[in-house]
Amino acid sequence: MDDLLSEFLTETAESLDVIDVELVRFENSPGDKATLNNIFRLVHTIKGTCGFIGLPRLESIAHAGETLLGKFRDGALPVTGAAVTLVLASIDRIKAILAHLAAEQVEPPGDDRDLIAQLELAAEGGLIGAPIQANTQAPAPQPVIEVAPPPEPEIPEAAEGQGKWDADQGRFLRPGEVSLADLEAAFNSTEGPEAVEAKPAAAAVAALASPIPEHDDDKKNALGSSTIRVNVDVLESLMTMVSELVLTRNQLLQILRNSADSEFKAPLQRLSGVTAELQEAVMKTRMQPIGSAWKKLPRIVRDASNDLRKKIDLVMDGEATELDRQVLELIKDPLTHMIRNSCDHGVETPEIRAAAGKSENGTIKLKAYHEGGPIIIEVSDDGAGLNTDRIRQKAIEKGVIDIAESMAMTDAQVHRLIFAPGFSTAAKVTNISGRGVGMDVVKTNVELIGGTIDLRSRHGSGTTFIIKIPLTLAIISALIVGVDDHRFALPQLSVVELVRAGTRFEHKIELINATRVLRLRDRLLPLLALSDVLGLMVDDDAGNRSACIVVMQVGETRFGLIVDEVFDTEEIVVKPLAKRLGAMSEYSGATILGDGSVIMILDPNGISRSVANVERNVNRLLDEQSRAAAALAQAADQKVSLLLFSAGGTEPRACPLSLVTRLEDLDASTIEMTSRGPVVQYRGRLMPLAPAGGMIRREGRQPVLVFSQGSVVVGLAVDAILDIVEENLEIQLGDQTPGVLGTAVLKGKSTEIVDVGHFLSQAEPAWATAALKADARADRKRILLIESHPFFRNLLAPMVTAAGYDVTVAEGPDEARARMAAGAKFDVVLTDADTPIEDVAGARVIPLSSRRDAEAVPKSDRYALLDAIQRALRSGEAA
Amino acid sequence: MSMREYVTFRIGEQLFGLSVTEIHDVFRPTRMTPVPLSQSEIAGVLNLRGRIVTAIDARSRLGLPVREKTDGKQSLAIGVEYGGESFGMVVDEIGEVVRLDDALMEQNPVNLDTTWSGVSRGVYRLDNRLLVIMDIDQMLAGVGAGDAAAAA
Repeated sequence: MDDLLSEFLTETAESLDVIDVELVRFENSPGDKATLNNIFRLVHTIKGTCGFIGLPRLESIAHAGETLLGKFRDGALPVTGAAVTLVLASIDRIKAILAHLAAEQVEPPGDDRDLIAQLELAAEGGLIGAPIQANTQAPAPQPVIEVAPPPEPEIPEAAEGQGKWDADQGRFLRPGEVSLADLEAAFNSTEGPEAVEAKPAAAAVAALASPIPEHDDDKKNALGSSTIRVNVDVLESLMTMVSELVLTRNQLLQILRNSADSEFKAPLQRLSGVTAELQEAVMKTRMQPIGSAWKKLPRIVRDASNDLRKKIDLVMDGEATELDRQVLELIKDPLTHMIRNSCDHGVETPEIRAAAGKSENGTIKLKAYHEGGPIIIEVSDDGAGLNTDRIRQKAIEKGVIDIAESMAMTDAQVHRLIFAPGFSTAAKVTNISGRGVGMDVVKTNVELIGGTIDLRSRHGSGTTFIIKIPLTLAIISALIVGVDDHRFALPQLSVVELVRAGTRFEHKIELINATRVLRLRDRLLPLLALSDVLGLMVDDDAGNRSACIVVMQVGETRFGLIVDEVFDTEEIVVKPLAKRLGAMSEYSGATILGDGSVIMILDPNGISRSVANVERNVNRLLDEQSRAAAALAQAADQKVSLLLFSAGGTEPRACPLSLVTRLEDLDASTIEMTSRGPVVQYRGRLMPLAPAGGMIRREGRQPVLVFSQGSVVVGLAVDAILDIVEENLEIQLGDQTPGVLGTAVLKGKSTEIVDVGHFLSQAEPAWATAALKADARADRKRILLIESHPFFRNLLAPMVTAAGYDVTVAEGPDEARARMAAGAKFDVVLTDADTPIEDVAGARVIPLSSRRDAEAVPKSDRYALLDAIQRALRSGEAA
Repeated sequence: MSMREYVTFRIGEQLFGLSVTEIHDVFRPTRMTPVPLSQSEIAGVLNLRGRIVTAIDARSRLGLPVREKTDGKQSLAIGVEYGGESFGMVVDEIGEVVRLDDALMEQNPVNLDTTWSGVSRGVYRLDNRLLVIMDIDQMLAGVGAGDAAAAA
């Protein structure tokens, strides 16, 4: 594009932004001469430049607008809302033409007679008090320029009504047009030296390296501002050079540290200080006040309140808060959208406000401030607040959540649903907002630059949106982590916390079906090894020893990243990657550390994609776990799911369903007799079978209850599977028959409760120690379980054993003491709170309870129990 | 007669030449950071006076065996620009600058391996050995092509 033209476009776009703001301000305080003068001057500048580079359409609109403004300035016309709207409309028309100009480099075809006619009519006073709508339909009178007579220099007063003769231009002046001489005089009397800035555009272009289309320095309206335009590339290269300088300085300081007394010491320290200042100053050149992104907002609020027939004031606070220009560009659109939303959905109509006892004027407040590193932007309105019920209803309608979910949600959680994709609460679609691409787009955009968005809403008193965005994208705070010999930078914004995990720490990495998880407070965190993500070959044992886990939050996904080491937090300068490397989603850039080495910056988004699979697995497992936990909780209430079966005899027998892995109906002919007893091929291996009372069939079908623990699988052959019941289990003890725990009344029938362990150890002697064998180690902790109730004994012993402890069971304190007297040593003693035990020789005692009891660990809560054991073991070590 | 100046360098056993106008600088690649998951031709990234330079392993790019680390000699890198980005091509040895006549350049032998013929503009017969004139753009454009083919 022609340098001159692009320079003009940049200039004019800036001026128009300022005019927008100033006009709205002017409308509110019509007596403000300075504002009007500023507007007038800017419009005139645009007109002048248009004439200079030959853009007749723009020139004539600007001229007509200027004429009207001139009348305001002279006090010849009162300032009305309709007139201001008209001027704003002409500004919009100019913008549209400029947009076409930017794309096609020529003015679009067509003319603007309609608009110009209205402007001229208004300038003649024809608009006073007329409503805007009526005005747009008014017949457009022929513009006077068209009928201007040929120039007759000798007779300046010849054409009455056509204005004065202007000798400088060699033609009659248009209505309201001022001669150049008059204009000069007017300018000399108004303030604003930079008004001439745009006129010698050619000179300005020559002085500049290249045009900067996105530049939006808004300090222009400050009188006598001393700004110059600098190409962004120049700033970028400055930045690079300063980084280099910093590195060199660091190297020098390193050398200095190694040599004790050096004459370079003092000058080097000065160099160091100056470098730091220089770095800071260069950083500053990238910063812009956030106010420049807010310039369009007063106009938007004004138009929206006109359209919606609401009265809305926009209050802005903290315009001077500085942000990196790149971030600024990215935050503009989301902010605009949110302001529109607040106008449309937030603030109520004056009638409703009055009825609610509020002032008719609603207020939208925009506030920006620093909070630590990031910047907080708040958009608040004093409207009705979010309608929780309607959001809930709508979310269900749109399938965002289901009814059960909606019931479990707090109000705040319901409010956040407005960020869900495809959600829009506006009952009617207006042209202001409410097209269903509302807040989710805002949220996506904010998250794109590493920010977060949240909201607070109080019914009847308004809604506040809080956006937290990083100060800059160029310099980020990053955690330097190490895997193997590699170092990587992780953006701090995604890092939630650091957890140290390992056998000697509170947290342990656990495996669920080869998926690594971490139990962190009340939830399971999916874990991902950075070495796996990056395909690094790392000694596999490393994961099992001790590791650092960086807990990260990316959008809704929270996961832990396993790394070998965490070094430091550093402010790093983000450098883009070469295209070849940039294609990899795992990295977002590279940076040079203080020691001069280059490290890669990991992209949390890219990494979170790899975690998605892991997370799905974990969720599935969590579901299973919660089902198991529910089964246990039922046991606590003594309400247990029991499997009823018959085996030898007519009496039904039962065992807790939770102990059964599977029910199988096997072809009896596949059962083989071996020297170790009956076995059957089951899932590719031999499964020993034990009869639960009756005989094992040799033909027909044989129902089998399959139990598994660790790698050991054992089947219990029964005659028939009868039923599953959920009953309050009241076992009457006293039955000494081996293999029977006792009897209980189930479904009105006396039922034997089978001691599953007895039969299984018959079939497979390894059963009792099944889980232990695989990873038996000398340092296994020994646990003594004192439990008089056989049901819980059978429940707890396998559970604790499966968790990797060596469990000894005692039926009561007396038996326990006897065992210890015989020389058995235990690390932890688990006992029912009802049968307390003292003097257990160095062992920690954990009281258990079958009830939900504050003092004791509930037997049904597997996690609490295992956690209590771990804690007891640790405190034992520490003592 | 139009003469051109070439910097000669060695990759494996082969002598290559690159027009001096295409070379920004020659440096010793130190403290190279490997990039996990990147294409095998990418030796890593390094800091060259405040700029991040992507180092290309010329041997790997040409399908030659990886250099033995024990051969004692430090490798060198030739700094070039491609697509507005800085690259360093890691070679085994840098030779001298030679002036050669354009007219004496011969076409690639037809039986040259496609990987090689793709990056060769032509060949000069020097007194005692052959000098392959490298097309650096093709050399860098093809990075990763081998991996893509292998993956397909």
